[in-house]
Amino acid sequence: MQHITLTVNGNKVSRDVEDETLLVTFLREYLKLTGTHVGCDTTQCGCCVVHLDGKSVKSCTVLAAQAQGGEVTTIEGLAQKDGALHPMQEAFHLLHALQCGYCTPGMIMAAVNLVDTYPEPLTEEIVREQMEGNLCRCTGYHNIVKAILAVAAAKSADKKPALSGVG
Amino acid sequence: MVMYPTRYHRPKSLEEALKLHAANEEASYLSGGHTLIPALKQRLAKPSDLIDLAVLPGLSGIKLDKNVLSIGATTTHAEVAASPVVRKAIPALAGMVGTIGDRHVRHRGTIGGSVANNDPAADYPSAVLGLGATVVTDRRSIAADDFFVALYETALEPGEIITRIDFPVPDRAGYAKFRSAASRYAVAAVFVAKFGSVVRAAVTGAGSGGVFRLRDLEQALVKDFGPAAVAHCKVDPGAMLEDLVGTSEYRANLVLVMARRALEHLGEAVSYK
Repeated sequence: MQHITLTVNGNKVSRDVEDETLLVTFLREYLKLTGTHVGCDTTQCGCCVVHLDGKSVKSCTVLAAQAQGGEVTTIEGLAQKDGALHPMQEAFHLLHALQCGYCTPGMIMAAVNLVDTYPEPLTEEIVREQMEGNLCRCTGYHNIVKAILAVAAAKSADKKPALSGVG
Repeated sequence: MVMYPTRYHRPKSLEEALKLHAANEEASYLSGGHTLIPALKQRLAKPSDLIDLAVLPGLSGIKLDKNVLSIGATTTHAEVAASPVVRKAIPALAGMVGTIGDRHVRHRGTIGGSVANNDPAADYPSAVLGLGATVVTDRRSIAADDFFVALYETALEPGEIITRIDFPVPDRAGYAKFRSAASRYAVAAVFVAKFGSVVRAAVTGAGSGGVFRLRDLEQALVKDFGPAAVAHCKVDPGAMLEDLVGTSEYRANLVLVMARRALEHLGEAVSYK
């Protein structure tokens, strides 16, 4: 048994878990944060992506015990307290970057990390390459890429995303 | 997927990690966990204990000393790929690491874990062998030529821990990979490097015995270091892997195509799918 203490979406949480408990299981079953999905469960699809200490990770392939003491952000932690969506959520919504929505939490967490940390200006080619760890079976990816580029462009121009007339 | 029960440990020192391993015959070291945890989830392995090396102090980091680039065992792929030091000293190595798995995998996976695992389709073994690197452990230094023994098998003794890899800086190097679109592992990939009059070329993804040196090509490249040398080289299909992705004849040809492309793109890494 491991006593795990993490900061999840800004809140300190502690639970006793079996040593082999996965981070995604910890989030979904112990904390009831079910926005993080399990898709393939084989480190391929990216539905389970969360941020661990500022990096995007596949939470189905990290033990909760490995994350001990760490800071985790999930899809539930992106919007502001008053319900205002994160710019990436807003862009996915307005540009129709989702259909069934199953991959969306992982897509958005991956996209936020990409825009926040990629050292060079993002191009369509870079976005497609860097988002390879997230699979979507519905959209064909085009609008996902558009949404990410819209947020990146708005961030570099330091203004709200220009979301009309696209998609 | 549910793993077998195990015990997780966070040692505070290399000595403690070694002791934990010695005390538990069925123990396994854990680094980034991006090969081991998927294997545990499929119940392909049943370690009694997991000893986390990623938390150990002093095993992570990148250092260039004269003509040797040292990379600590727990340095992640993302750190190596983004490192200005690696990008300047051995750009083909930084580029290669940037093609491993995907962005999230690179945030967790480590050089020590990849090299110790010696997956026949992993990228790192070809760079370690192609550059003639030295694998440094808690107890000795092992030359790349002696390190990779067979599929998933290395010269590491039970309990031995890789602490860093020392790469000699080449005059020029290149890497080309054809990868499986599904697994993102190499179907065939070639790392070539030139050190004065010495040339090394290592192949991953294709060999039935794991990573290997392409001696034919090395000899041809000593005379003429460029893509034209590939025409003088042969690969025996009998020594190639055969699976759903490709036959051994297909792989034997692909090795030469990747060798040519690596030589056409010296100073970088190229990846095809």
